[in-house]
Amino acid sequence: MDKQLLLGAEAIALGALDAGISGVYAYPGTPSTEITEYIQKNKHGHEQPVRSTWSANEKTAYEAALGMSYAGKRALVCMKHVGLNVAADPFINSAITGVNGGLVVAVADDPSMHSSQNEQDSRVYGKFAMVPVVEPASQQELYDATRYAFDLSESVQLPVLLRLTTRLAHSRAGVKSSATRIQNPLNALYAPERFVLMPQNARRQYNNLLGMQDRLEELSEHSSLNRLVPGKGKNGVLAFGIAFNYVMEVRQAFGLDFPILKIGHYPLPKKQIEAFFNTCETILVAEEGYPVYEELLRGYFGLQNDKQIRGRLDGTLPRAGELNADRVAHALGVTKKEVMPVPSIMVNRPPELCKGCGHRDLYEALNTVMSSCKEQHVFSDIGCYTLGALAPYNAIHTCVDMGASITMAKGAADAGLRPAVAVIGDSTFTHSGMTGLLDAINDRTSLTVIIADNDTTAMTGGQDSSANGSKILAICRGLGVEEAHLRTIIPLKSHLAENIAVLQEEINWDGVSVVIAVRECIETAARKKRNPAANA
Amino acid sequence: MQINIILAGVGGQGILTIAAVIDLAALQSGLIVRQAEVHGMSQRGGAVQSHLRIADQEIYSDLIAEGTADLILSVEPLEALRYLPFLASEGRIVTSTDLFINMQGYPAMEHIHAELHRTNRPVLVNAAELARKAGSPRTSNMVMLGAAAPFTGLASQELEASIEKLFRAKGAEIVAMNIRAFRTGQALSQHQATET
Repeated sequence: MDKQLLLGAEAIALGALDAGISGVYAYPGTPSTEITEYIQKNKHGHEQPVRSTWSANEKTAYEAALGMSYAGKRALVCMKHVGLNVAADPFINSAITGVNGGLVVAVADDPSMHSSQNEQDSRVYGKFAMVPVVEPASQQELYDATRYAFDLSESVQLPVLLRLTTRLAHSRAGVKSSATRIQNPLNALYAPERFVLMPQNARRQYNNLLGMQDRLEELSEHSSLNRLVPGKGKNGVLAFGIAFNYVMEVRQAFGLDFPILKIGHYPLPKKQIEAFFNTCETILVAEEGYPVYEELLRGYFGLQNDKQIRGRLDGTLPRAGELNADRVAHALGVTKKEVMPVPSIMVNRPPELCKGCGHRDLYEALNTVMSSCKEQHVFSDIGCYTLGALAPYNAIHTCVDMGASITMAKGAADAGLRPAVAVIGDSTFTHSGMTGLLDAINDRTSLTVIIADNDTTAMTGGQDSSANGSKILAICRGLGVEEAHLRTIIPLKSHLAENIAVLQEEINWDGVSVVIAVRECIETAARKKRNPAANA
Repeated sequence: MQINIILAGVGGQGILTIAAVIDLAALQSGLIVRQAEVHGMSQRGGAVQSHLRIADQEIYSDLIAEGTADLILSVEPLEALRYLPFLASEGRIVTSTDLFINMQGYPAMEHIHAELHRTNRPVLVNAAELARKAGSPRTSNMVMLGAAAPFTGLASQELEASIEKLFRAKGAEIVAMNIRAFRTGQALSQHQATET
């Protein structure tokens, strides 16, 4: 078969389709979104149906995937790194129950925080859950490793974490695929002794998991994702995941011949590492992400087994941020020629709300109302509307995690802050905002929640929201928002005076009020106009 | 053979369409391609770039190392300068001179020109005007691709075939207009690629 040019994210999607998944479960999040989107667009080329609608959040996605696995079929669940925080509960516990049909969780980390609030390293979660982790280095390896991960998951009866990073997710390379495996038949596992995690079962299952660790390590020893690139000299490099590419790039560009042990399958292959260490005097540990294994190899007190270990912890590589060939070259002591500097006239060009976006009109109205308040704090959330934190609006003052706008505003209101105002998008509201609103209603908190309903998950490229329009109204009513304080506005310039009045009234009201600002994302609207079939 | 290209612009200007044409032409020429792009937050009017690497042997890194880009192809003049540390000493800048101002403190055009002229024979293209002449302002990216074509190491027939393939669904007229835009750009820079 010919090679196709695929994003790393798409290579995972194709690998999963070819591995015979029956469903993909995900909530959009950069840089993982394109995995699910590819499946949504391409599943029809495969003979058997593949379920692929967006989930409300990563936790519901993970649990549904576990359910599909319980029923005997293969499931892929995808998320960005911080999404795994949301799904951490089912993830950790699915290692205790184990799986039936293959379950692969593809998690895309974002070192350098290109589109995220932190650069947490999901390999830590893999270690925490004690499940196999694969970390491919190229788009082809992503395809192959995805297929392998499903087989591995079924053979060890555990979920497998597939870790990638932004750079690999969002870069294209030729990928060769192989024949599609047929989907598993329905074969639900009746095993309450595994799946009812009451203490008695949980203890036994946990001991089983502990007992499997040696076998998992043995599998790593024989994995094609872990391999030696032989070389000369006593200075070796232990290159994890995509860091391998940068190390190879430097080796090739500068005509070097140091030995490399490439790592892409965890738990670590202890024997291979020991053998490698025995041939080296110094070892550069190159990890894309946290120095997770560098710390482990150094030992807690910095004892290094007579070997000089270098890496992110001693400053040989930077402690934070994405690696690249330049950083690795510097770490290897390869002198670089002078390059042109960025001219001093350069200015930053930060992202901004689109011209004509409804969020602009919402913030204009909100800023007018807030400017007359003594305390001017607006708690907000994650989405396009987060750009309201930047000039010229400077309209929001927090953005921490999905749903935190409502709950942080509630806590601040409990502390006595007036007014307490939250701004959250439609998709973020259904992801993690609804429960916080219920808390506020039960507590009769003096709080105004503004739901910026643009009918889509805009920041990640316009995926369908779990709820919008009348559904959001119904949710708010159902949670107990009083009809008189459940208001709808249209964020348009022509409605400015009216919108200011509504916001002013609700912010003045001493109780829970919800103002829904309804106006479709202009990008989504334009896309629908260009491609009417996409409406279906 | 290895060519490293940095594509630069502002989110929404469509540099990924240029990348798609080059990718396809390189693949059709039997070459290996790696192309890193930016998705997510900066696509909303922020600075965006794509690292595009073409070679006849294995490429390891998705990213271009500093001082090794053969070409910076930018659809906005200030954005061309943002990636100067990547440019090889003999590397070339091909940039549109059409400003996109959506932030405070945008430098004066004469300063941008002065900085561009510090590089090795920059190719400056009045893309919007040439695109209008080709039939539509929307073809300015193909004008830019045409102007950069002589520096890509790819045959222009392959690039034109890729344009044809990518725009085919939009009809013969759109294809012809984009090919016209491509050739306009190419005519402008062809002699600048060959003179020493």
